[in-house]
Amino acid sequence: MECCFPVLPALHRLFTWLAGLGFVPIYSMTDPTWAVYIITDQMPDDVTSGFLPGQDFAQLLAALTGQGYRCVGPTVRDGALVYDTLQGVRDLPAGVHIQQSPGSYRVEFSQGKRLFGWANGPQALKPLLFAPREVLWQAQRTAGGELHFSQEIPEPLPTAVIGVRACDLAALELQDRHFLETDVPDAGYGARRRQLFLVAVNCTRPAETCFCASTGDGPAVSRGYDLVLDELDEGFIIRSGSTSGDGILDLLTLQPVSPQQLGAATDATVRAAAMQGRQLPGRNLRDLLFGNLDHPHWEVVAARCLSCGNCTSVCPTCFCYRELDQPALGGESSRHYREWDSCFTQGHSYIHGFTVRPDTRLRYRQWLTHKLGGWHDQYGRSGCVGCGRCIAWCPVGIDITEEVGAIAASPA
Amino acid sequence: MTVAMHYPHEAEVIERCQESPTIFSLVLRLMDPMVASEYRFTPGQFNMLYLFGVGEIPISIVSDPARPGELIHTIRDVGRVSHGFSQLGVGDRIGLRGPYGRGWPLEQMEGRDVMIVTGGLGCAPVVSVINYILQRRERYGRLVILQGVKHSSDLIWRERYAEWERQNNTQVLLAADVGGEPWPGVIGPITMLFEYARFNPQATVTMMCGPERMIHAAADVLIERGSRSEDIWISMERNMQCAVGQCGHCQFGASFVCRNGPVYHYPDASELLAKRGF
Repeated sequence: MECCFPVLPALHRLFTWLAGLGFVPIYSMTDPTWAVYIITDQMPDDVTSGFLPGQDFAQLLAALTGQGYRCVGPTVRDGALVYDTLQGVRDLPAGVHIQQSPGSYRVEFSQGKRLFGWANGPQALKPLLFAPREVLWQAQRTAGGELHFSQEIPEPLPTAVIGVRACDLAALELQDRHFLETDVPDAGYGARRRQLFLVAVNCTRPAETCFCASTGDGPAVSRGYDLVLDELDEGFIIRSGSTSGDGILDLLTLQPVSPQQLGAATDATVRAAAMQGRQLPGRNLRDLLFGNLDHPHWEVVAARCLSCGNCTSVCPTCFCYRELDQPALGGESSRHYREWDSCFTQGHSYIHGFTVRPDTRLRYRQWLTHKLGGWHDQYGRSGCVGCGRCIAWCPVGIDITEEVGAIAASPA
Repeated sequence: MTVAMHYPHEAEVIERCQESPTIFSLVLRLMDPMVASEYRFTPGQFNMLYLFGVGEIPISIVSDPARPGELIHTIRDVGRVSHGFSQLGVGDRIGLRGPYGRGWPLEQMEGRDVMIVTGGLGCAPVVSVINYILQRRERYGRLVILQGVKHSSDLIWRERYAEWERQNNTQVLLAADVGGEPWPGVIGPITMLFEYARFNPQATVTMMCGPERMIHAAADVLIERGSRSEDIWISMERNMQCAVGQCGHCQFGASFVCRNGPVYHYPDASELLAKRGF
């Protein structure tokens, strides 16, 4: 079931009222049509959805662990929410809220019981698939000077990620396109991707920096998940989106979902969209940005930008990496690594004695014209999913929506 | 078609030639007979060459595609890896993966007149084209070669230019920004050479490589003289590390030079060509 609701208040009231009566209007963003589903008191016989009481959440982790998955989920560490292996439900951030604003990220603790009452941490799914540093291949040199090469392909454990957001699923789809949908698919990324099980959650509490509603990627999850959760005060509506997801649902003791619960879940995502104050000035900004390469605003951003690359590190779609060799001390072997790189570094555009982008203005312009412009031609859509991480994690609080907005407000 | 896109294969230096004080050529042979028998390339494509323990660099293949057993790479000693390569001798082993990218559409150009415009020391990608055409002279019409260098002493392969000039229906023109010893060409920018080139703009396809500002200026002159933009092809250079369109360093507008290039159809590249920062 795909659902993403527009935020007009009148429609919102209508939907809530309909949902309370057992009718759920569904608008599909990918296939723009309306449909009204009638919710019966009894869930259908198939087990593609149900209600999981909050105190039973451990059942889900147990089912996943039982099926051989390592459970990875959000946990508070060093003042931020990061993905880590979960030992149990207690590792999940119950009652945690996150305040995010340009250049600021603060974890707050409350007495609440909700596990997913926050928008996101600095990491998306990216580091779990596109490893920050890994060996690509190795060279061995014999005493006679002969070279032997071997490719290193990781053998990851099946991994279930708990609490994946709509923006992160949209970014995952883009990274899949980049690393896998090519005639030379990436071995390491592919190996990890095939072992991934995704438990998504619909966002109910966006950060001040979020703008996924304007990019069309959230706050409700529409596709690309194995299971999706709606978190209510008393527990979770859980739905399956894949055959692997069906297999896990089979193992859970679920209750039927009441129309009131469905209505509350719908209401929460509609409100989450309405709460977002930021937006990009359009879905396709290619012509605007490439038509304004000499706009004075690039200089204004460059005066503040530290060219540190935080934005590209936290961006869930940025894919640049550099390759480097690390020879063994004995000299008989050498490992060829890749590690994340950023178009904000001096070395990124270096070519035999010449740097294509020697200054910050050119680097910021490169990042933005590619992310919001070039991606449309290369990957069929913008490279921005509205997660807002680049805004919160920028040490000087540069806000992508404001910078693009400034160019859109006075185009050449 | 291609072998080993993700990691190198062992190759042996079977010949080494010093072309100028800083430029040298390595003739390489792939060691694994299976890999060698499957290896095919087209002029304009490049290989990633790996120096053990140091790293990889992208280098154009200048030899003839009909002889994939002897892969010639002409390299300028300019960085860590290329300097290491300059120290190698016959029998030394390196890594090779490729070929990568799009080469020149030479089959598509058969029957037409061909002009080669190249500036600076970046002539390697088109030397393969000149050799290719001279080996198959009957398939192409007139051949005009324009070469520009900064200083007259920068020109390598002088005897080759002299030999090319002696070929039937072929014209070779040289330009140097700064002249020195007896110089057989003009003193001035390469665009001056179009004055002396005898060619029919409508019948000619042009292939160019060298500094982007030179390519841009030369294309402007060509189009002004009646060439069609669609009859111009160029070869570009950017930082390349993965060579398969994934690491992002060679991003040029909405393309990756390693994958969508290095040879571009001029209309596809002209908008951002020589635009600072792209």
